Amino acid sequence: MAKGKSKHKWRANTLPALIMVGPVSFWMLIFIAVPLIYVFVMSFCSLDEYYNVTYKFTLSNYRRLIDIDYLKIYGQSLLIALLTTFFCILVAYPFSYLIARTKSKKKNLLYMLVIIPFWTNSLIRIYGWRTFLGTSGWLNTILHFFHILKEPVDFLFNKGATVLGMVYCLFPFMVLPLYTAIEKLDTSLLEASSDLGARKGATFWEIVLPLTSSGIFSGSIMVFIPTLGYFFVSDILGGGNADLIGNLIERQFQSGNNWPLGAALSIILIVVTLILVKIYQKMGGDMDSLGV
Amino acid sequence: MTRASKKRAGKISSVVFCCLVYIFLFLPIAVVVVNSFNATTSKPYLIWKGFTLNWYATLWENTALLESFGNTILLAAMSTLLATIIGTIGAVGMYKYKFRGKSVIDGLLYVPVVIPEIVLGISLLILFANVNIPRGILTLVLAHVTFCIPFVIFNVRARLAGYDNSVEEASMDLGANRIVTFFEITLPVLAPGIGGGALLAFTLSIDDVIISYFVNGQTKTYPLKVMESIKSGVSPDVNALSSLLLVGTIALVLATQSNIFKKGKE
Repeated sequence: MAKGKSKHKWRANTLPALIMVGPVSFWMLIFIAVPLIYVFVMSFCSLDEYYNVTYKFTLSNYRRLIDIDYLKIYGQSLLIALLTTFFCILVAYPFSYLIARTKSKKKNLLYMLVIIPFWTNSLIRIYGWRTFLGTSGWLNTILHFFHILKEPVDFLFNKGATVLGMVYCLFPFMVLPLYTAIEKLDTSLLEASSDLGARKGATFWEIVLPLTSSGIFSGSIMVFIPTLGYFFVSDILGGGNADLIGNLIERQFQSGNNWPLGAALSIILIVVTLILVKIYQKMGGDMDSLGV
Repeated sequence: MTRASKKRAGKISSVVFCCLVYIFLFLPIAVVVVNSFNATTSKPYLIWKGFTLNWYATLWENTALLESFGNTILLAAMSTLLATIIGTIGAVGMYKYKFRGKSVIDGLLYVPVVIPEIVLGISLLILFANVNIPRGILTLVLAHVTFCIPFVIFNVRARLAGYDNSVEEASMDLGANRIVTFFEITLPVLAPGIGGGALLAFTLSIDDVIISYFVNGQTKTYPLKVMESIKSGVSPDVNALSSLLLVGTIALVLATQSNIFKKGKE
């Protein structure tokens, strides 16, 4: 009798649970958890004389992380990511505010117009920027035409162009959470504030900004972290003058062929991500609003 | 300045500001579309030499480019299908059942969302190299399914939040078995979430550069082909294909969007 009951329970609960949750659990463990463990192990591995990875414990990869040239690139990555996040907020906040609170019937269209460019391959669009900014590009032609410039200027291959490309690539990730947060804003609160005599500026700083700060936080996480890894943007627009941690890692796995060092560099990115996500959660951030 | 004119000035400046943002967003696309009509034949294909439609004609002779595009569509279709099935069933299962280690799986789902793509790319590369899976379309599919599953799950989960379990119980009380109930009751309710998740998965897969870059082996996807050609100057037929794709996706989305509106009205 007892046996029959447990068999019933197995068929009624355990089996369907296993069938439904099994595949996703298996997939996440094999293709997320195991690879990350591999990265961790790899970061302590050595190279033999033929540049093959050998499983011999070493700390030398971590020692190389504090190389002065690398430290400079970490600083540069931090600067580029901070500037990217700053400019994204600066442009995306008023923009999201305007399209989220417009009374126009075309509100949905205005929103879709932000998404549409991102259906074109991101590399192609970044290449479009390169074409636009180059010495024989549109910008130089326009400036020359209006006699603002006599000689063509190369706007490419510096930190500025890289930040521009990053802002461009990650802009929608700032707009989406801001738009959601601003749309939820209760208009009656703004009316109450102005009825009670608050000026527009005060209403903004005291009511609007605190109530939409969740959007700023999620947007910043969604912009800051990827910037550190977007090596192709700095490759195409920075031309080696605006390298990020991502470029360092990419080189170790391609031309440099030093996987253990690349793994140790990746550990930096993993640690930075963990810290930022922890801060985000401490500040009351909701993980689900990071899911686009 | 009167109050009315002040308000007017504010309105005009908002419109101007928004227009500038849209120009910023569409500018590089305009460059791509214009250059697809550029008659230049010398590298790096940047100087305007007059209007031509030739690149749209010669596009069909660039077999390497078309093959890479075929790979991308195949990859996106397979990854979306697999990720949608695993993700949908998984989301429902995780909503219904409690099991040991659930919080671990939940945590792992957020990894592809927050971690820089390059870390996911190199970690999968190390995995495939260590277990000796030859890199190619198979490893590309495995990698793409991995980063697509969480987005499907989050979309389906959002739909499950307002889900009424009693409908399922009613179905089973009336004699339908578990499988019939799943297909007849659960799936239709979740359909919009599943559709949204699948669309997002497809978009992410088609546009992915970074993760594919590490796990592709000799198989070239369309973004990787573009990346390769950027080093030598993107030939205008790549611009032509991109322009066609843009027109195609806009048409597709307009068509599906209007469908959604119609369904909503019924």
